[in-house]
Amino acid sequence: MTEIFGIPTQALFGQLLIGLINGAFYAMLSLGLAVIFGLLNIINFTHGAQYMLGAFCAWFLLERWGIGYWWSLLLAPVAVAATGVLIERTMLSRLYKLDHLYGLLLTFGIALMIQGVFTNYYGSAGQPYRLPVEFADAFDLGFMRLPKYRAWVILASAIVCFGTWYVIERTKLGSYLRAATENPALVQAFGINVPRMVTLTYGFGVGLAAFAGVMAAPIYQVNPLMGANMIIVVFAVVVIGGMGSILGAILTGFGLGVVEGLTKVFYPEASNTVIFVVMVIVLLIKPAGLFGKER
Amino acid sequence: MTEPVAAVIPAQRWQPGFMLTMVVMAALLAVAPFAGIYPVFLMKALCFALFACAFNLLLGFGGLLSFGHAMFLGTAGYVCAHAAKVWGWPPEAAILAGTGAAATLGLVTGLLAIRRQGIYFAMITLALAQMIYFFCLQAPFTHGEDGIQSVPRGRLFGLLDLSNTLSMYYFVLVVFIAAFALIYRVVHSPFGQVLKAIRENEPRAISLGYDAERYKLLAFVLSATLAGLAGATKAIVFQLASLTDVHWTMSGEVVLMTLLGGMGTVFGPVVGAFIIIGLENYLAAFGEWVTVITGGIFVVCVLAFRRGIVGEIMAWWSQRKS
Repeated sequence: MTEIFGIPTQALFGQLLIGLINGAFYAMLSLGLAVIFGLLNIINFTHGAQYMLGAFCAWFLLERWGIGYWWSLLLAPVAVAATGVLIERTMLSRLYKLDHLYGLLLTFGIALMIQGVFTNYYGSAGQPYRLPVEFADAFDLGFMRLPKYRAWVILASAIVCFGTWYVIERTKLGSYLRAATENPALVQAFGINVPRMVTLTYGFGVGLAAFAGVMAAPIYQVNPLMGANMIIVVFAVVVIGGMGSILGAILTGFGLGVVEGLTKVFYPEASNTVIFVVMVIVLLIKPAGLFGKER
Repeated sequence: MTEPVAAVIPAQRWQPGFMLTMVVMAALLAVAPFAGIYPVFLMKALCFALFACAFNLLLGFGGLLSFGHAMFLGTAGYVCAHAAKVWGWPPEAAILAGTGAAATLGLVTGLLAIRRQGIYFAMITLALAQMIYFFCLQAPFTHGEDGIQSVPRGRLFGLLDLSNTLSMYYFVLVVFIAAFALIYRVVHSPFGQVLKAIRENEPRAISLGYDAERYKLLAFVLSATLAGLAGATKAIVFQLASLTDVHWTMSGEVVLMTLLGGMGTVFGPVVGAFIIIGLENYLAAFGEWVTVITGGIFVVCVLAFRRGIVGEIMAWWSQRKS
């Protein structure tokens, strides 16, 4: 077997792949956070719980009604986004005039409630989600085997991320969105329904989290706490990338996933903390984040 | 446009109203064990009250929301427990060691966190605390999931045997009252006034010649130190230092206590801590529903009750007077 720096290539590429997949989830989640933050100025602490809800939704659909993966990929994000819209309309919308910290506290409370209910019924043990049969085998790339589902996760998340970037940066709808981020009062004066746009943006960000959850279901176990541990890492990713740029959020997400994967190969003890260490270094060198602007 | 996070601080130093309330509080706490209230519960509540007061110093008076205060509580607990158990230090030295460790950690994390503001500050402190959590999970001296167990309480200054529950209780009470008075004094000092100015309008405070970063850092370190004092004392009381105290749920809990009691009020965090600890004691049998209820209180507080219990009472009082 060939080796690089004393590490078998098989292991190296295996970890790189896992890193890339983790990175795909970081990218999707931090993208959702960035989109929501851009317009609502709120850090959505519920994001992790909504990611978990997406995974559970898919699991329910399969176990209760036998509805498969592909339909879940559509239905779960829509359902979770609907609950998100409800949260925004009934609760978050009351806080826009207050200090932004209240939004953080409110969404933290909601996250605790959702996680508490699910832990109560399902414990903290994971529920397995059967892999769709289409993805049962793997591609043989010569130097490593690439399970089909993992390839799909990377591909699909890349498409979703860049699709979102395209809509926001290159379409008319996106230009409204960006304008409303800069000056909501002025955009409203032009006859655009900004409150509705805010609601839909929140719904979209939440749907993105749920989409990531469905994608994660076959890889990780469906677990009530899967989002809680994820969201803190994603926060660090957001601090590193800075929330000023959509593309920045995507690239940072994928990049940090790879960094984490490589750490697992070379120094496994630090793999849990490496992203936080990167955050510390970035804060020291470029406090606004890699793609952020000082505000 | 934005509602200030906290109430206005009167400039007078030792107000008679405050002194009276404080004496009544101290007296009530001093007789509480004889009124049939379980001392261990009281000690737990007092440790958390101190923790919440320390946190409130930063949030209520400095306007800085730290979502990682558990790292100071937990680290101090581990260091104190290790010093008392492995090195055999007397309790006062062990508590000082724990508090010192929290202060050092506060200095390092504070230097990093104050580089960003507002929501980023919260996320950075949360991430740093998670890093400390993983460190505590993996470092050998913390004994991972088991924690440091059966820490000796020892004899205070070689004289007072702390294994006696009542002696332990009065020691905790003295620590609490002293720290509480210190926080009050700090808040009403010129330093506290500058801190308030920075909270209200940082650019203006800077233009007046105040080094905002230094003030924020000092407030952060002070808050971390007092949170550490709470954690170290707690480790001696419960003879245990465990991962629970470094976990992010603990950071959330202290935010909740402060929010419920009333951030920016002196007594609010104490009230909040007693209510939350009482609630947890009472609802322990309900398992995970406690988390749901905690989350629910958060939501209600933020939506309808932002001044907290003490804040509402004070608002009602001043309205009645005018």
